[in-house]
This record gives sequence, structure tokens and C-alpha cells, in this order.
Amino acid sequence: MRTRQLELEIMRYDPEKDKAPWFQNYTVPCLEDWVILDAINYVKDNLDTTLAYRWSCHMMVCGSCGMMINGEPSLTCKTFIRDLPDKVRIEPLENFPIERDLVVVLDDVIQKLYQVQPYIIRKDDPPAEDKEYIQTPAALAKFKQLTMCINCMICYSACPQYGLNKKFIGPAALTMAHRYNRDSRDQGKSDRLNILADHDGVWDCSFVGACSEVCPKHVDPAAAIQQMKVDGALEFWKQKMGITGDKS
Amino acid sequence: MAIAKKAVVWGLFAAGGTLTSFVFPALIALFLVIATGNVPEGLQFEQIHSFASSWLGKACLFIVLFLSVWHAAHRLRVVAHDFGIRKDTLVANAVYACAAIGTVLAAFYLLTIN
Amino acid sequence: MSRQPYIRPMSTTTWYMRNGRYKVYVLRELTSFLVMFYSFLTIFGLAALAASPERWNAFLASQQSTAMIIFHGLALLYFLFFQTFPWFKLAPKAMPVQVGEKKLPDSYIIIGHYVAWAVVSIFIFWLVGVI
Repeated sequence: MRTRQLELEIMRYDPEKDKAPWFQNYTVPCLEDWVILDAINYVKDNLDTTLAYRWSCHMMVCGSCGMMINGEPSLTCKTFIRDLPDKVRIEPLENFPIERDLVVVLDDVIQKLYQVQPYIIRKDDPPAEDKEYIQTPAALAKFKQLTMCINCMICYSACPQYGLNKKFIGPAALTMAHRYNRDSRDQGKSDRLNILADHDGVWDCSFVGACSEVCPKHVDPAAAIQQMKVDGALEFWKQKMGITGDKS
Repeated sequence: MAIAKKAVVWGLFAAGGTLTSFVFPALIALFLVIATGNVPEGLQFEQIHSFASSWLGKACLFIVLFLSVWHAAHRLRVVAHDFGIRKDTLVANAVYACAAIGTVLAAFYLLTIN
Repeated sequence: MSRQPYIRPMSTTTWYMRNGRYKVYVLRELTSFLVMFYSFLTIFGLAALAASPERWNAFLASQQSTAMIIFHGLALLYFLFFQTFPWFKLAPKAMPVQVGEKKLPDSYIIIGHYVAWAVVSIFIFWLVGVI
């Protein structure tokens, strides 16, 4: 297999030594079928063991390895070097504080995921013997795409509204809320209404659509959020007419 | 209740956006046609005046203008925010006031066409 | 080990220059100026219509110049490519239609929008006597 020399320009930041981030250059001999994560691993293994970054599965299911590759938020295990020029700039995910090198602080978005109550909420418990929820393939199809989220948080990097206002709940969290609202087993839509009512909830989205474009799992958070806006707009009129309630 | 304001405002915005997407190209094209000097039959005074005198005509024109100005107003509010003008309440009052003025003027002029 | 997370600054006024995606978004949102402009232009037209035939003809005459041809022409193109067509493209996202276990393809909804738009536009042109 052919090799290719890549010039990596990697952002470094040591909180104990540096006042601000800076770039370090590395020349990496890559096999032509590598993903950029392989090149970063080469740096770590052979050139500079001090480089700090997150990664795990190397197969686009864990969501750990998100970084900015030439300004585009991507999973480094999904970005093939054959699709990249010889010079690659690697930075930590945009819109997040930098902990160290390529590691970002994700506390804010983790807290937001909790905020939307991302679990089945029941108003009535099924009887013990009858513990199985019946869900048809058609009912599953209503929200299956939304379950594909791997919490990589790349959508938050792409979202300019989150960049401008860190209080915005953001794409992944809102999509998670919509995923449960659309789940036929869930009865908690009214519990999650605070997201629709909230100043920093769904209404802060201006449908830039960048989140859906960068999502590595094609979850389409932008669509989910627009659907929640429609739901919210209709909810207002439903409440005016006295029609409310969750599924039974 | 907070959901009330945001939901209504967004609903108007969405309805206005859908309507303007469908109707405004034709509207702008009509201005373009007029600009070339050819005033079509239907825009001669007698024709357009009788259309605007009818209740159907008034209703159509009012709905289009009402939804359009509110759509534009809400969107301009977001544009201001996107361009770094963060005094949201001030901007909101300004743009919605514009929309309100447009609505009132539209209603007023339509009602005086008989 | 002491933590000192570094927060990268984001310009609130020029962030959209960062990439093409953001620039297109801003151009899309700026069509709202056109919507406001043409709404008020139409309202001024109504004012002239309500006043007298002379005022109406004066309003029509005020539109008749090369400058206005260029302005309306450019506005039409800008509006089509940055409002109408993007709106149609995004519509299926807000209104997914499920048929059985499958989602109706986006293209059906988009084409439906184009057809409806053509019908509405042709109807308006016919009503006004352009065609």
C-alpha cells in the first residue's frame, strides 16, 4: 500500500504552562487508507507522547474522537486522509473550553442532556406480569433515526447559536427530547414542555442546519428541532382549546 | 406563560415564511413587469380598484401583508442577534412595532378602498 | 494538576465569515429585508389606490425606470435562490410524513411545493392579466 506524507498542524495547550493555545507541526507517514485518527495515534506513539486527546472505538459508535479538521467538526475515525489535503489543521471541537491539547470540557452539554429527561416517563405503570411494551415497526420508525445519536457533540461545534449563547440547550439535547416525545412508550411530553417554554429552549434555534450537515450518524437534529417548534406552536392552540394530555 | 409568546410568534413567522415563499416571487415579478412600462390589464386602476374593493380582495391582500410583515419582523430580530446586536428586547420592540405599523396601515388603506 | 480551561473567543459580528455554510445562512436570513421592503412598497401602493386614479398612476410611473428594472430583477433572483428555493428544500424536515414504516421521500414534498408554487404564480399572473 502506498504511503503519503501528511503535515499535521495540531493545536496544543498545557493549562499549567501556557497562557493561550499554540500550534505544533508534525510530519506523519501515513498509509493511504488511514483515517486522520490513525495519523494522530502515530504522533502519540512515535513522535510526541505528551499529546492529549480522546478516542476509543475507532468505528464511529462511541462519539469520543470529535475534533476540528481543517475547520470542519468531524469524527477523526471517520475522516479518511484520502479526502484531505497534505496539510491538515487539527483543533479541539469549537465552542467548547479547551481542557488540554485536543481535549474539551463537555460538562455543559452533559448537563443539558440530563435536563431533557432522556428516558421513558410513564404516568401509569404497566402491571407486573405484562411488563412488555408492544411497539409496532411503524411506531418505531417514527423515532428510530433520532436514536442513532452517539453524543459526539459535533453538532454543538457546528451550531452558531450555541456559539453565540451558551445557554441554548442545543441540537443533541433537543433531539433527545424529541426522540422520547416521539416514542410510543413514553408519556412524558408535558414533563419536557419546559424545553418549549424555556427562553433557551427550542426557540433559540434559527434553523442554520449546520448541525445536521456535520452529524456523523445522520440523525438530522435540525429536522427534529423544527418538528418540536411545530409541535410547540400547535400545543399553544391545543391548550387554548383545552385539548392536552400525553399518550395513554 | 412563556410558551404562549414564543409559540405564537414562531407560528406567525412560519406561516408568513410559507406564504411569502409562494407568493412573493410573483409579487416581485409584477413590480418588474410594471417597471418595464407595461402595466397589465389587471393593474389598471379600475380593475385593481374593484378587486381591492371586494371583501375577498381585501381579505387576500390583508392576510398576505399581515403575515409578511410579521414574518420579516421576527426574522430581522434574529438577524440583529446574528450580527451581534444583543439588546434583544429593544430590537424585538422595534421590529414588532414596524410590523404593527404595517398591519395597521394595510388595514386602514384597504378599508378606505371602496 | 490545576485546571485552567481556555475559552476561545467567537466574534459576535463576523462569525459567519468562518465558512461557506454560515455565509449562505446569513444571505438567506437577509432576504427578510426584501420581505419588509416589498410589503411596505405594496402598502404604499394601496395608499395610492385608496386615494385616486391619478395617485395610482403616479405610483405605477414611479416604478418605471431602468434602475427599478435592475432592482426588481435582482431582488427577484435573490429572493428565489435564497428564500423560496431553500424554504422548499427545508420544508420536508419540519413536516415528515410517514407511510406505514417508511418516511415519504423528501423529494415528493419538495416537488409538491414547486408544483403548488407554479400553480399559485400562474394564477396570480392570469388574474392580473400578464398571461
